Amino acid sequence: MIKVGFYPGCSMKGGAQEYQESVSALAKVFDIELVEIPDWNCCGATAAHNMSKELSLSLPARIMALAEKEGITDIVVPCAACYNRLSLVKHEMAGDPSLSSKIASIIDMKYEGTTQILNIIQFIDKYITDRLEEKVVKPFDYKSACYYGCLLVRPHSVLKFDRVEDPQSMDVLVKKAGGKAIDWAFKTECCGAGMSVSRTDTVARLSGNIMKDAVDRQAEVVVVACPMCHSNLDMRRPEINKFLGEKIDIPVLYISQVLGLAVGLDPKTLGLNRHMTEVKFPAKPVIEAPVAEVPKKVSTTQNMEA
Amino acid sequence: MSRIGVFVCHCGENISATVNCEKVAKITGELKGVEFATDYKYMCSDPGQTLIKEAIKEHKLDGVVVAACSPRMHEPTFRKACAEAGLNPFLCEMSNIREHCSWVHPKDDLTTEKAQDLVRVMVEKVKKNKALNSIKVPVTKTALVIGGGIAGIQAALDIANCGHKVVMVERQPSIGGHMSQLSETFPTLDCSQCILTPRMVEVAQHPNITLYTYAEVESVDGFIGNFNVKIRKKSKSLDEDLCTGCGLCTTKCPQKKIPNEFERGLGMRPAIYVPFPQAVPNKPVIDRENCTYYIKGKCKVCEIVCPTKAIRFDQEDEIIEVPVGAIVMATGFDVLKPDFFPEYGYGKYKDVIDGLAFERLASASGPTQGEIRRPSDGQIPKKIVFVACAGSRDPAKGIEYCSKICCMYTAKHAMLYKHKVHDGIPYVFYMDIRAGGKNYEEFVRRAIVEDETQYIRGRISTIYEKNGKLIVKGADTLMGAMPVEIEADMVVLATAGVANHGAEELAQTVHISYDPYKFFAEAHPKLKPVETNTAGIFLAGACQAPKDIPESVAAASGAAVKVAALFSQDELTRDPLVAVVSRQAPPVYSQCVGCFLCQSVCPYQAIEREEIKNRNGEVIKTLARVNEGLCQGCGTCVALCRTKAIDIHGYSNQQVYTEVMALLND
Amino acid sequence: MSASHESHHPLTLSGEIRLDTGVIINKCYQCGKCSAGCPVAEEMDYPPSLVMRMLQTDDPKQYEKLLKSMSIWLCISCEMCLTRCPMEIDIPTLMDNLRQRSYKAKKTNPQARKIIAFHKSFLDSINYTGRLYEMGLIVDYKMRTGAMMQDVAIAPKMFVKGKLNPVPEVIKGRKKIAAIFNRIQNNKEGK
Ligand SMILES: Cc1cc2nc3c(=O)[nH]c(=O)nc-3n(C[C@H](O)[C@H](O)[C@H](O)COP(=O)(O)OP(=O)(O)OC[C@H]3O[C@@H](n4cnc5c(N)ncnc54)[C@H](O)[C@@H]3O)c2cc1C
Ligand code: SF4
Ligand code: SF4
Ligand code: SF4
Ligand code: SF4
Ligand code: SF4
Repeated sequence: MIKVGFYPGCSMKGGAQEYQESVSALAKVFDIELVEIPDWNCCGATAAHNMSKELSLSLPARIMALAEKEGITDIVVPCAACYNRLSLVKHEMAGDPSLSSKIASIIDMKYEGTTQILNIIQFIDKYITDRLEEKVVKPFDYKSACYYGCLLVRPHSVLKFDRVEDPQSMDVLVKKAGGKAIDWAFKTECCGAGMSVSRTDTVARLSGNIMKDAVDRQAEVVVVACPMCHSNLDMRRPEINKFLGEKIDIPVLYISQVLGLAVGLDPKTLGLNRHMTEVKFPAKPVIEAPVAEVPKKVSTTQNMEA
Repeated sequence: MSRIGVFVCHCGENISATVNCEKVAKITGELKGVEFATDYKYMCSDPGQTLIKEAIKEHKLDGVVVAACSPRMHEPTFRKACAEAGLNPFLCEMSNIREHCSWVHPKDDLTTEKAQDLVRVMVEKVKKNKALNSIKVPVTKTALVIGGGIAGIQAALDIANCGHKVVMVERQPSIGGHMSQLSETFPTLDCSQCILTPRMVEVAQHPNITLYTYAEVESVDGFIGNFNVKIRKKSKSLDEDLCTGCGLCTTKCPQKKIPNEFERGLGMRPAIYVPFPQAVPNKPVIDRENCTYYIKGKCKVCEIVCPTKAIRFDQEDEIIEVPVGAIVMATGFDVLKPDFFPEYGYGKYKDVIDGLAFERLASASGPTQGEIRRPSDGQIPKKIVFVACAGSRDPAKGIEYCSKICCMYTAKHAMLYKHKVHDGIPYVFYMDIRAGGKNYEEFVRRAIVEDETQYIRGRISTIYEKNGKLIVKGADTLMGAMPVEIEADMVVLATAGVANHGAEELAQTVHISYDPYKFFAEAHPKLKPVETNTAGIFLAGACQAPKDIPESVAAASGAAVKVAALFSQDELTRDPLVAVVSRQAPPVYSQCVGCFLCQSVCPYQAIEREEIKNRNGEVIKTLARVNEGLCQGCGTCVALCRTKAIDIHGYSNQQVYTEVMALLND
Repeated sequence: MSASHESHHPLTLSGEIRLDTGVIINKCYQCGKCSAGCPVAEEMDYPPSLVMRMLQTDDPKQYEKLLKSMSIWLCISCEMCLTRCPMEIDIPTLMDNLRQRSYKAKKTNPQARKIIAFHKSFLDSINYTGRLYEMGLIVDYKMRTGAMMQDVAIAPKMFVKGKLNPVPEVIKGRKKIAAIFNRIQNNKEGK
């Protein structure tokens, strides 16, 4: 059993429970124990960095300090937004020792910046990918539009994850799970992020454009790695459809759910029933979609030269 | 006892604004060995020089220190003045009280004191200076021109027409460079081939020009007037004397699916090919990497069909050695492949092309016979978006500088498109329109006003394909940065002009310097634009920086004049500031122990072995000796020699110590 | 980030911003690529490149307009502008800074009320429980904005799907979190 530190973040405890369920279930299949950081707090998300720089640094710093105290070296942060916040804070503090000590005194804890922050794909690549294909029992044979959103890949100078334009890492995973990753244009366009409640119309427009491109290119499912993206594309579907004047009903799955289905986990374990847009797939694909050329191996830490 | 003259220059106010020049002259005039000291507003001016000359005669000076600017510019001026007054020029030194003092310090007594110190140091040095004689070397009156684009062609013709021999080396199978790929040229819209081809032919036929195509410079030794060049003539697998250029082989070669470089991949060519119909020489080469015979050992169709039996499969590369007196670099530029812009989709979408590819589409001899048809499906595009500064002025992903030519050729492209597709709409996304040049601004205005090109000020963010259209997302910064979306049929990227591939290696081979972008560096950005820092090597055209044709040609003619001026002399004189290995008679004594460490470090291969023989002709020892012709006076050997056997004329160890001691013994 | 302090006048706005964020306003050459890619540019009163231009003027009137603008609140920190800016100008961080300035100067745009209310409810939730309590957040937000009817239709479905937690998760170190909020508050007031 491999032990890896785990930061679920608030949404996985609330609106995105199925993400946590599927990540945990998947980890279990591969003999990985996710060790939740004890007494973790919210990372502050958009609200904190919009309103207060210090708060936006302190909340993530406390999380990492807690992990350090437990001797945790790798933290999986499946929520792309939390991953982004933690990585940015780690980066900024590493570059500015005086800031780092100021924040340490605010949180009243020792902070070294030694923990490794992994997003869901980096986690899978580090601990699972090698053993993935041998475990696939039910190939996920659907045309998938892998949607990366903003926070997983940007800013590249800090995150250094995948290619910032037309990223491929999720496409590679979907392919390994037996699926087809379609080539499309909205992989990293913004879905509206945290505006879901305060500017629903903006979200409907941005997410609508994303869904429209995906279905126009015959996607049967959109695959995501972020609860915020998920809720915008899934829960805001009525608003999206109203904006588009169409009825788009393809499901939005987390990458962990896709892999979970492929390794034979049952839909309920993976929380598929919790989605607002019902998860159902067409029996037979109708038309051939343009399929992206996916390089065999894409380094998850390198940029576009890869 | 020395009789030294000190001449302090005000350099207008450049020096006198912060340094009290009169005081410097007064104080240093009191130094031991200084016979005469004065200050003057402009020492380098005619009256200034006369002042020095007269002082030399009147005071019988045996050394001169001019306290003024950096010696880089005016050391020759003052040394010449001294020589004219009968003083050995190497007894004149400059003390740099401008760059090293007045420009970098505020007006202050300390600044004046520093200037005094700098002068004093030089006075002490001059006391140890020796009269030296210039070195004379013969000149080989043949020029090497590397690169056969329009710049190389112009330089070669100019030099040849002065009556000198020229060797031209071109690495492609044909000369012509980028200009041979262009359709029509700004600002006059004359057909590129029509004005270029006659010149290419003239090169081939000129009695003074020897042309080596498919060839590259392998090594360059020697120095100004006396270079020795090795040229690798790559095997064309062809006996050029036998080949008549009938072209039968090229039509019969079964291997026809090789992307044509000349057409920017918009067409195919066979394995045995002439790059384009007007090529000079108009004889084919076999591309061995793609030839079926070289890959699989079978085929030889060309050999069978060739009426003159000119094909030579076993031909090997040939190394040719030529002595030359001067070298003109004319290796041109390259365009950056825009694939570092994934957001623009170059390489992913067929209809996103670069400017050179558009030239081929617009060219009457191009893959579409001059019809603008998009690569993906051959349709005539109704909307084309041209993107300026694609990679230029982009520190994040491309290069920082402005590529200079693209604003103009983009306007040209829009115009050509409109002339050919009357109902088409050309859009240009630009940041600034840089049209400085004779008739350039007028040309751009025409593209906008007469040909109704839509200029939109803004960089585009992304391009993606949707239902056969390219969606171009930009913003109009003149409309409050309002987002703009255009459904285009084709996109043309005006990609950055960059140093040619292999430029860095070539610069190292010929020993010239280059800038951080790997363009060849000129000796002075304003006053020596066609010279390099290596004497006898000159620059022509876009190998120095992006240039358009008029500029390339002007630079080429400039370089040619420099070569002609050099060749107008039979002998060259060089400063004798070279290394010497000590020798004392008799019997020949030297501190040199013959370890030849110096030989291993000398970057110019200037150290030779000299066998010292006794009266009976027996070798008693082998000592190092410096070839004055090759030595550049860099001093590396001096620093390395363990026994201090080597010194540099004009910068001997003793002189340098004296300078240091002068400062310490203040 | 430590910008060179002497090299610019400390009183200009762009100088202050440089000290706060490391963003050098004058690096922007107004290419507009940020506005071209910004997902919300069309809703903004001043798209990002215009924000840059307004700051470049160092004109108090323009600054005032920015503090009162909707743009700064509409920016969703998607980082697209930074990713594609040829000058690598960190607009998202700049936007954070402008929002904080606007809030501090009490100049926030009235239309941004909902967004700010959401942020505040969000932070309050963290302050009290250490975590985000979504249901509480929604209720609190509705109280602040009066948008009582918004999203009521989907709430029951969310509840059934297990997406709304009826009881807040409260962390043990709740007091520690509150202390962090306090210290930051005190730092500000002490300043
Ligand atoms: C799309 C486009 C459109 C343009 N349109 C115009 C226009 O309308 N009007 C205008 O005035 N200018 C135009 N230009 C600019 C024009 O192409 C250049 O000014 C011109 O080609 C420069 O000539 P050059 O001889 O210096 O370099 P090149 O044309 O690059 O020639 C260099 C030559 O040197 C050879 N070479 C390179 N390296 C070596 C080596 N190591 N050994 C031997 N040989 C070597 C190359 O093979 C080549 O033949 C355009 C440029 C582009 C990209
Ligand atoms: S031998 Fe090579 S060049 Fe000659 S015809 Fe065959 S493939 Fe073409
Ligand atoms: S010449 Fe014009 S298009 Fe080319 S880099 Fe300069 S400004 Fe941009
Ligand atoms: S001074 Fe330089 S060039 Fe001259 S012999 Fe010595 S090492 Fe060679
Ligand atoms: S970070 Fe803000 S300003 Fe920049 S592109 Fe995204 S929404 Fe626009
Ligand atoms: S992309 Fe960068 S340089 Fe261009 S306008 Fe925006 S901030 Fe300025």
